[in-house]
Parts: sequence; C-alpha cells; structure tokens
Amino acid sequence: MSQVIRSPKMYDVCVIGSGAGGGTAAKILTEGGLNVVLLEAGPQVFPEKDYKMLMWPYELPHRGIGVGGRAAENFGEFLAPNGAWNIEGEPYTSAPGANFKWFRSRIVGGRTNHWGRIALRFAPIDFKSGTRDGLGDDWPITYDDLAPYYDKVESYIGVFGTRENVSSAPDGIFLPPPKPRCTDLLFKKACDKLGITCIPSRLAILTKSVNGRLPCHYCGQCGRGCVTASNFSSSQVMIPPAMKTGKLTMVTGAMAREVLMGQDGKAQGVAYIDKATRTEKRVNARAVVLAASACESARLLLNSKSAQFPNGLANSSGAVGRYLTDSVGSDGWGIVPALEKMPPHNHDGTGGMHMYIPWWKFDRKNDFPRGYHIEIGGGREMPGVGEFDYLCDEEEGYGASLKKRARQTYGTGIGMSGRGEMIPNPDTYCEIDSNVVDQWGIPVLRFHFKWSEYELRQAKDMQETFRAVIEAAGGEYKTKTSIDGQYPFGILEGGKIIHEVGTARMGADPKSSVLNGYCQAHDVKNVFVVDGAPLVTNPDKNPTLTIMALAWRASEYLLDAAKKGEL
Amino acid sequence: MSEQSVSRRDILRTLAIGAAGGSVLQVIPVKAAEFAHQAVHNEKSASMAGKYAPKYFSAHQYEMLTNLCDTIIPRDETSGGAVEAGAPEFIDLLTSENEEFQVTLGGGLQWLDNTCTDRYSNLYLDCTPEQRKEILDLIAYRKNAKKDPSLSQGVAFFAYLRKFTCDGFYTSKIGIADLQYIGNTSLREFPGCPPLPEA
Repeated sequence: MSQVIRSPKMYDVCVIGSGAGGGTAAKILTEGGLNVVLLEAGPQVFPEKDYKMLMWPYELPHRGIGVGGRAAENFGEFLAPNGAWNIEGEPYTSAPGANFKWFRSRIVGGRTNHWGRIALRFAPIDFKSGTRDGLGDDWPITYDDLAPYYDKVESYIGVFGTRENVSSAPDGIFLPPPKPRCTDLLFKKACDKLGITCIPSRLAILTKSVNGRLPCHYCGQCGRGCVTASNFSSSQVMIPPAMKTGKLTMVTGAMAREVLMGQDGKAQGVAYIDKATRTEKRVNARAVVLAASACESARLLLNSKSAQFPNGLANSSGAVGRYLTDSVGSDGWGIVPALEKMPPHNHDGTGGMHMYIPWWKFDRKNDFPRGYHIEIGGGREMPGVGEFDYLCDEEEGYGASLKKRARQTYGTGIGMSGRGEMIPNPDTYCEIDSNVVDQWGIPVLRFHFKWSEYELRQAKDMQETFRAVIEAAGGEYKTKTSIDGQYPFGILEGGKIIHEVGTARMGADPKSSVLNGYCQAHDVKNVFVVDGAPLVTNPDKNPTLTIMALAWRASEYLLDAAKKGEL
Repeated sequence: MSEQSVSRRDILRTLAIGAAGGSVLQVIPVKAAEFAHQAVHNEKSASMAGKYAPKYFSAHQYEMLTNLCDTIIPRDETSGGAVEAGAPEFIDLLTSENEEFQVTLGGGLQWLDNTCTDRYSNLYLDCTPEQRKEILDLIAYRKNAKKDPSLSQGVAFFAYLRKFTCDGFYTSKIGIADLQYIGNTSLREFPGCPPLPEA
C-alpha cells in the first residue's frame, strides 16, 4: 500500500465533479469568496484541440466510427471527448435481466461537453406529482422556489426559445429562436392538422452574444463541442469564471473514493486516488459538495462507511441508490417524399432541433401517467456512416440505380425521439457490488432496472404519435416495433437516454429521503449533492437545466451558511 | 483535399480572433493552428489512393474488393465512384481492426471466388462481365436466397459490402458533393428553409 499523502491545507469546500452541477457550484462558491478545491476524475479539456468542430468525416481515416468501427456505439468519433458506455478499468455490473447502461464522461465539464443542450424547465405540477396522481412523492420545494434560479441559470448560460404559455413547459428567459428548418415546418404543419402542440425548442445555444461568448455560427454540431463556446458547457462557461476568482484549485485525474468523517459527525474531507501516480491522497474541507453524476455520487456515499454510517454516508434513510430513474426513450423515423422537392440548401442550423413537441396531452385522460416530449431530427444533415443503411436494406441492388436512389432519398428522412417520465419503482436502484472493484480499488455499482407497464404504455403512445405525424405529413413511417422482445414499443435500455437521476433524492421526511430542499444531507449538514441525484421525479424535461438551478440554489444556501460561520 | 483544411483553418482563425475580446477562450490561435495541422495530416494519410498497401486483404482479395466497390457505386455523369472516394481503403482499414469484419468480408470474398469457380470454372475476376453480372444480380437480393438457399451466404456478404461501400462513398468528399450537402461551415445567420417549390 502506497503512502497516503495528507495535504495540510484546509479548503472551505471540496466539490467532486465538474459537470453541470459541480461547475455551477464551483462558480457560485468561488465568486462568493470561498476557497474551493474541485476534484475531477478525468483530464483537462482543450476545446480547440479536442473538439472536432467543422471536421469532415473524410478527415478521419475511420470516417467517424473509430478503430474497427467500435466508436459507433459511443456516438462515434465526432462527439466531444471522453464519454463512453464502458470505460476500461472502471466497470459496473447489472443484476440478471437489468441490462442498465451507464454513460460516464471523465473530463473537465463532464457530459456537458457533448450534451444535447435541451434546456427545459420542470413545470409547477412536476413538483407535486405524488399529490396529482398518487404515484411516488412530491418534492419538498415548489416551482416558485426554483423559478428565480431558472431565471439566473438561463440568463447566464443563454437559452433560446419563445414564450408560449404551455402549462407543461413553462416559459423562461429566452434569446430569440433560430429560423425553422424545412423538416420543422413540415412537421409543424402535420402537428397542426392533428391538434398537437409544436413550438420552437429551448436549447442552451446562443443566438446572440452573451458575456463575450460569440453567437452560434450554425454548423449544427453542438454535440462535438463548440470551440467558440457558443453553446453551454460547464468546462467553457462555469469553470473559467471560477478560475478567474483565483479561489479555485482544480485537481484533474482525481478519482474520489470516500468522503471522510470527523469525530464531530461532520465531513472533513475527501480521499481520492491520484490516477497518474496511483496513490491515495486527501483534501480537507469544511464542506463537501458531491456532483459526480447521480449514480457516481450515490456510489461515493455508499462507499463512505463509518461507525456512524455503517450503510454509507448520509444514508440513515436507506434511500441512497434507490428511486433511480432514466427517461423513457423510444425513437422512430419516416420518409417524407415532399422533402425530395427541396433544392439543396444549408440545413445545419444549431445543434439539435429548432422545434419540438412539448407534452400536450396533459388536459385529458391517458392510459399511462405523466407525459413525454418529442424531439425532431433529420433532413439534409451532413452525411455520415450509416446514412443509407435503410436504402441498402430496403431496395438492395447495386450500381447506377442505387446511386440515383441515394441522391433522391437523401434528406427526406425525419427522425423523432420521444422522451418521457418514468415512475420510480422498487425494482430499479443501484447498490455496491460486493464482489467487484474498479482498477482504483473502489467498489463498483451494481444496477437493478425494470420498466413497468406505465413506461411501456407511454412508449406505445410515442410510437403511435410518430406514425400519425409522419403520415399527416404525407410520409411513410418506417420504424417497426412490437409488443414484446427486448425493446417493446422501441423502449431503450435503462440508462440509454443518459438522464439517470434520483439516487440521493431530496424530501421533507429524513426517513425516506437523503437531502433536504437545499440539496443538503439530512444526516450531515456539511454534505451537499448537486447533480441529478437530488431529483425527486424525472419529468419529460431533460434534467440538466434543473440540475443547474438546484446547484445554484444550494450553493447560495451554502454560501449563506458559511457567512454565518455555520460551516 | 487540402483546400478544405485551409478553409477550415481560416474559419477557426476567424472565429478565434472574434472570440478573443473578453472571451473565456484566450488560447485559441495557437491551438487552432495545431488542430488544423493535425487534421491535414490525417487527411493526407487517408487519401493516398493508388499507393495504398492493404492492411488486411491479400493483393488478390483487395483487387476483388476494389472491383466490387466500383460495381456497387460506379462513376456516373454526376460524380466519381466508390474507388475514387477511397472506399476500398476505408473498408480494408476497418477490416484489419475487426475480426467480425474479417470473417464476413474476407470469407465472403472467398465464397464468391469458390462459387464462381463452381459455376463458371473461373475466379470472380477472371469471369466475363456477363458472368459477374449474373452472380451479383443473384446475391444482390434477399429474395433470391429464398429460392436458392445456396446463395444465402453470398447475399449476407453482399449486403454487408454494399453498406460498407455506401459508407465509404457517402462520407468522402465526392460522395458528400454528389448528395449536394451544403453546410459544415460558419454562418452569421441561419437562413431557415428556402421557399418550397410549387407543388
């Protein structure tokens, strides 16, 4: 065993993780005057070098699918770096039948380097779901508690959108939206026919300059990361101002292992593995903010056992790792021949959709609880590997006719992604695998995951809607799903939507929740969790904006406590 | 091809200069140049058509592969074909790194030679153009394997190769131009959808 190196320095706060939550905490806490040490398991990111913005597929020998074509399963080579379903030397396990997929990004900024930039507020009703339909629990806070922080986050990071007054999708502080693409217009027209709400999307992409960040240059490649920081990433938008205060110490390659407890019942620091030297080190801090991602933070709490907390830190409730959910995800696509008539034109736009369907059936009885939204894609996007898989499968043949058909059908596809709310269930959670450690010697997570009838019915409804809209647009729906098999109604494996949350949920009752409404541990007052873990429910609005609003609010609360000398 | 890189480098540089004032990204220019340099390097190594030494396939199989790629996506009045687009190099590179591809494509090429030997007493490349067309017309459609199960492995192989060839062609500069994709560039304003042609 190598020597444990103890740093005598005492920081005010140790933040673990530099993604959406950790980046927000680092910014707010350092700007508030606290000395913060930030532990990041991955390396530093260099956007100008690491991001593949404006690169053509033929500039890479593997054309975007990586060595042996194996990068394809991790979204290809173009995606912003260091994210994967499987990380060498850092396994996780699944209980039989669970087949949970866990996407992790080990890099400064975490998954915000590549995320879809979809920035949706939860609705007032989302905080009272339990009361509404008797399933699950309410939040300990209301929309009104969080609204000022949504305002702050949106104003700071920049989100485009329009005021629409749709009750399931609250308006925010918006930059102007980009003009619709042809696919958006066709889609919207079809939705109008069917009485389905279709509105400009809300994405964390600048259509005007904000705080010196340049506006979008419309290359359509946000997922690759943006060299000009015209979209939001924690690495480019949260970390730099924190650094500028001179109060942030960032430690990269630092894999947190355990939150260390003092005799006084308070956390006193964090033990981590320095990946470069494979030695254990520790930092001392008056408060610890976990933002390692929902499941990684749960893992860290569960691995932080002490006499006081034999079942893991802040886990007297037993709720750590429980209440895990991901978004319900089912995708579909169709061919819309009307698009064949479009002259060649630049269709790139911003990364992601310019319009979307917010949850629109909130005013009627459905055969599943809660709701979903639909994202739109397709059209004349930059061709990539797999572009004509369907044509090859469907029409076969070869030669001049195949080439001609490719030319004709290019850009006529419209893709749709349904993203809906899963209800927490007792069969879905993560725990420590008692038999497996990762290469750093840290016990790994074992996942249990099960979709219930609620989610399956929701996926079925998504598929029916996809078909209806494509057909209303005069197109042919192509996706085939069935009621059984591995993907009933096209529902993807748990974790595949990368919206896993809930594993250290907040709540009014310390017996059934880990955190209070300020993301502060009920059991240990100087421990906070500010990633996806505190979320009580996982509505059909992607979690990132809410993670940042909660992190901002928690950080102000922590700052206030520090000023009062309560740390 | 290098023209494209120059233009991207210019774009990056322009963006970087624009970003420098008051931006969080002070370090761009040097890094941007480095990035572009690396991309040019990658591009050059990816486009050594003609002098390419196959990494996986034997000289004979690579010749077959090249011939088949050319047949699947030939040159026409609009654009060059899959060979010009570098599809054989792309396929060889990936196959050299993936055992599944090695079995399917390497074995598939062998199957084609075996089958041509049985049917025409010649290796595929030594068959007449009519014979080659005859066998490809058989393995290019699943329905033929239903009628004649002895073709099913050939059909599976050809489906694989067809997709690979399309991937190689439509991710190349000439393939992308063939589709008249416009974009991957920096715009001040996004123009939105142009007026739809009259129905």
